[in-house]
Amino acid sequence: MAEAQALLPVVDYLKIPDDGDPYLEGAKCGNCGAIYLGSRRACSKCGTVGGFSSEKLSNKGELYVFSIVHRSFPGIEVPYVSAVVDLEGGGTVKGNLINVEPTPETVKPGMPIEVIYKTAPRKDAEGNEYLTYYFQPRG
Amino acid sequence: MSDVYILGTDMIKFGRFPDRTVPDLGAEAALLALKDANLGIQDMEALYCGNLYQASAMVGQRILQEIGQTGIPVVNTANACATGATAFREAWMAVKAGVYDLVLVVGVEQMGKGLLGGGGGGKGIPREGLLGSGTMPSVFAEAGMEHARKYGTTFEQFAKVSVKNHHHSTMNPKARYQIETPLEEVMNAEMISYPNTKLMCSVNVDGSAAAVLASEKKARELGLGRAVRVRSSALTSDPWQERDLVMPDVNTCTRKAAKTAYEMAGVGPEDIDLVELHDCFATAEILHYENLGLCGDGEAGKMIDEGQTQLGGRIPVNCSGGLLSKGHPLGATGVANIYEVATHLRGEAEKRQVEGAKLGLTHVIGLGSACAIHVLEKVS
Repeated sequence: MAEAQALLPVVDYLKIPDDGDPYLEGAKCGNCGAIYLGSRRACSKCGTVGGFSSEKLSNKGELYVFSIVHRSFPGIEVPYVSAVVDLEGGGTVKGNLINVEPTPETVKPGMPIEVIYKTAPRKDAEGNEYLTYYFQPRG
Repeated sequence: MSDVYILGTDMIKFGRFPDRTVPDLGAEAALLALKDANLGIQDMEALYCGNLYQASAMVGQRILQEIGQTGIPVVNTANACATGATAFREAWMAVKAGVYDLVLVVGVEQMGKGLLGGGGGGKGIPREGLLGSGTMPSVFAEAGMEHARKYGTTFEQFAKVSVKNHHHSTMNPKARYQIETPLEEVMNAEMISYPNTKLMCSVNVDGSAAAVLASEKKARELGLGRAVRVRSSALTSDPWQERDLVMPDVNTCTRKAAKTAYEMAGVGPEDIDLVELHDCFATAEILHYENLGLCGDGEAGKMIDEGQTQLGGRIPVNCSGGLLSKGHPLGATGVANIYEVATHLRGEAEKRQVEGAKLGLTHVIGLGSACAIHVLEKVS
């Protein structure tokens, strides 16, 4: 039996290199520069077919908007901050904003954010562990 | 090309009917609309049926099994919360194109309980509450927070939408609830996703609504007495936006549909006497004041503060009580909006009547996204 099972990425656009730190990856349209999370056949902004390049997205960004979720599905711990973050250099991602009080007084649009990577507190049915990303305020 | 007319329309009182079936609920509204038009199922040349949760189960045909299997073509539509309006539009197009003279539209839904959205699924682990939230209250909270970020819109202003719509519903016997909800009660209700409290979320209900559409030739032949003219119909999907991978955009598709609908009708927002818009959450209504051109960008907060959109105000919005209090049976909603506006144009809305209403607009959004807008006009 393998001793340390490798962590799986929570989403396809989270990349875990064999050597080096995990990062979020975007697909950038070679024609118009629009950035997507995950691949697609053609650019939904300009219609160009193919010609995407893989871009390592920044771990720095700013909070665009948020909501504070007080009721979710059974078993999901609340409250938490659902956050939409614009990354430096392009790309917008959604995730949980942690290490901040989940109140409208403490969470502010425009606040500097960094992306951090941790093992998710959930396993799949086969017991596999996953690496996920979170946002936290950037000092 | 000649116009299309609504000859009959009605809806059932929205509520919870766990012991009834979807076709039975749809059949009730269908018969009410046919009666309102003084016509029978034998007169109908096609049926357009909107239903979301049983989209693969031939709901239109099953309605005909309840009210008359005449062998007419049936088109079943599904387009998220724009499902009913999409059925109406397909019917309108067929009549407009001259294919049929008389058609029936039914929108019907039986809802489950609890939160919508956020399903995620697929491989791996559930992402809800790990990578933010996909629940509808949260998605629309974030859409509202975008407005707040741009214009300083407050929690209180969003809450006022709910106070207004609940107030309107006290005058609508077909709404799910007829209960006043003062501002403090709305703001202090259980927080679902800030800034949407429980009273700022639409009500999950069962319901159905229906309409009979006629060609101009047929409408004149049968008499235009209580007829309502369909001045325009617009349907859009969401054009590309920078953040739409993680933030569904309900604004651009609405603006695009509004532009088309106003142009086709040859009118502007200043000509509209009442609006039924998609207040799935209180935050959403604020956005759509601007998206529909009822006020300038950044003026929606002021609009709700000044009571411009309440009954008696400059442009009453959601006199029915809206999705917030009348209820939101997804596939029925788009047709129920049309019933509401038509009822005002006919001068039959009783206590909640918008006096002298000549032109009205209906708007729905299906997240994902679809936007449908219809402009309706009083005939005589």
